[in-house]
Amino acid sequence: MSATRVERIRAALQERFAPTRLEIGDDSALHAGHAGAREGGGHYRVFIVSEAFQGCSRVVRQRMIYDAVGDMMHKDIHALAIRALTAAEAESQGH
Amino acid sequence: MDIQDVIRDQVTNNGVVLYMKGTPQFPQCGFSSTAVQILKGCGVREVLAVNVLADPEIRQGIKEFSNWPTIPQLYVKGEFVGGSDIMREMYDSGELQQMLKDAGLVGED
Repeated sequence: MSATRVERIRAALQERFAPTRLEIGDDSALHAGHAGAREGGGHYRVFIVSEAFQGCSRVVRQRMIYDAVGDMMHKDIHALAIRALTAAEAESQGH
Repeated sequence: MDIQDVIRDQVTNNGVVLYMKGTPQFPQCGFSSTAVQILKGCGVREVLAVNVLADPEIRQGIKEFSNWPTIPQLYVKGEFVGGSDIMREMYDSGELQQMLKDAGLVGED
């Protein structure tokens, strides 16, 4: 089930941002048993590099990502840790 | 008073407001715990910590107020700064410390 969610997150972000890099981690197992996990939502980590973030503040970038995953944010995702960079930023930060 | 007005009052009448799960002494979520640690690391003088688990209306209301789906959420001088990822990035780069310093919210009185 978790693999499916990761694939759905990947598909949504791929379509919206055409990223040059996209890594999605599933940390759900680390949080098994805590309140959010009991409600059924998973914990995920996203590292995404896309020119779509050019000129956007951090808050705007995260809102764009929350918007792209849409309804999953309320049902399937309890927590989504996000690092969203442009290619130039990723390079200057050594990624 | 409408919950949106309550939140607006909180963020405008306090320099630093952290909406979190649990309390600074007993955070109920790892991300909220991280946020508290970061603010401590910045040497913030005073934080209004609002425990959203204690108030379902605030818990839902803050998500709408900020147009942001997750907790924790940080406000500085009435401006939404972000959640724990953004706090971490800004702390690591020194931007958060600078922002709080510029706002006169760190150090001794």
